[in-house]
Amino acid sequence: MQPLFMRGPSITLRTILLIIFSIMLMMVDHRWHHLESARSLIESVVIYPLRYAINLPAQFISWGDESLSSHQFLLAENKQLKEQSLRAQVSLQKLSILEKENERLRKMLSAQPKVGEEVLVAELLSIDLDPYKQQVIINKGDQKNVYLGQPIIDAWGVMGQIIHTGKYSATAMLISDPSHAIPVQVNRNGLRSTAFGTGHPHKLELRYIPHNAEIEVGDLMVTSGLGGRFPPNYPVGRIIEIDRPAGETFARVIAEPVAHLDRSREVLLVWHNPPQPESEPEPEPESKEDPGPDSENESPAQSDTGKKRQQNAG
Amino acid sequence: MLDSRCYRVVPPTLVVALMLMMLPLPDWAQAFRPDWVTLVVIYWIMAVPENVGVTVAWIFGLLLDVTQGSILGQHAIGLVLVAYLVQLQYLRIRVYSLVQQSLVVFVLLMIKQLLVLWVNGIVGQAPDDLASYFLPSLMGAIIWPWLFVILRDIRRRFTHTKIF
Repeated sequence: MQPLFMRGPSITLRTILLIIFSIMLMMVDHRWHHLESARSLIESVVIYPLRYAINLPAQFISWGDESLSSHQFLLAENKQLKEQSLRAQVSLQKLSILEKENERLRKMLSAQPKVGEEVLVAELLSIDLDPYKQQVIINKGDQKNVYLGQPIIDAWGVMGQIIHTGKYSATAMLISDPSHAIPVQVNRNGLRSTAFGTGHPHKLELRYIPHNAEIEVGDLMVTSGLGGRFPPNYPVGRIIEIDRPAGETFARVIAEPVAHLDRSREVLLVWHNPPQPESEPEPEPESKEDPGPDSENESPAQSDTGKKRQQNAG
Repeated sequence: MLDSRCYRVVPPTLVVALMLMMLPLPDWAQAFRPDWVTLVVIYWIMAVPENVGVTVAWIFGLLLDVTQGSILGQHAIGLVLVAYLVQLQYLRIRVYSLVQQSLVVFVLLMIKQLLVLWVNGIVGQAPDDLASYFLPSLMGAIIWPWLFVILRDIRRRFTHTKIF
């Protein structure tokens, strides 16, 4: 038993210390991202079992759904899927011819060949996060070599990038998060811009587009590959609204993500080699940096180091 | 710090509260999700203030931060502040009726919610709909009497009678 009168000041002192410590933690975590390993440890040791347990009913329901659905329904679905696969096959044939042609043309121009990409299917865990943040949790982690900053896509377009990894799970920030930005270009004419998240799953904002830029409602935005974090030429969004206010320098351009940010259950993790003259096979160096708005700042720094390396070699 | 009998009951209830925070809800219901962890922390500090204090609140705040994907320390700082206020006033809150307690709990939940959203606003973007500022706290206050009775029964079962 503690003496009664000792407790008053000690609690206040402890509270003040813990509050100061919390503020320091927040600063370190937000500014310098030094706490990733600690977070990943807590996540894989303490939190993952809880998440797994919570996800179990959802898994069980989908399993029950599959095993209890009728023979007829399964047959119909099978037929439909076969048709779909056939159609995909046909367009794939065309694509492979086009790819060959592209390769030939690139060889003739002696340009850098396009680098192949590897993908892995991951599933979203049915876990709710902070409702004010656009984040999801997937069921693949360090164990499958998921790295920080890794792009994730779904069948329709780019979804986001990995911001925390645990051993068996990883957290991804969606492109609609207010602190996320992705370098894009208009598919039609190559006009470059950066798409910022707005916190709303159906809205992206393209900033710094001048009034006279050639951009129209309905234009498809694809990743430009600048910054080296996202592979080029994946669809990101479609322009839905252009407003050119008279008194302002830049137009207000709103795009809608083509990826089904709030509906997809399966996502693809993409491994890609950054298209550099001396490309390192592992994308580790850039993945250590923080995600989001800084991603567009990386390209100048990278090209600088590239030049330096060339100078050193020569 | 924890009494051995409290060991058996306090952490499990807090873990259940953490899981309730992660439980998937339909979109419309998410805005109504009460802050379970804060509610349970408030109860335990009121019930056994000599065993559960600001440190326990801080640890579970950090765990909440990891589960919610927020900045480390964001929920922790709010929980520590709430825990401190409860520790100062637990003798007074204990003798209130359940309805009065609900009012106090509403104020405490609001303090934490505002602190968390304030940090959100500093590092990113605070939500712009007014409802998200007080709906979770309102739900928490409505749920409090039931939660209080349930947790009191659990506590009595574990601490008043000897098991085994």
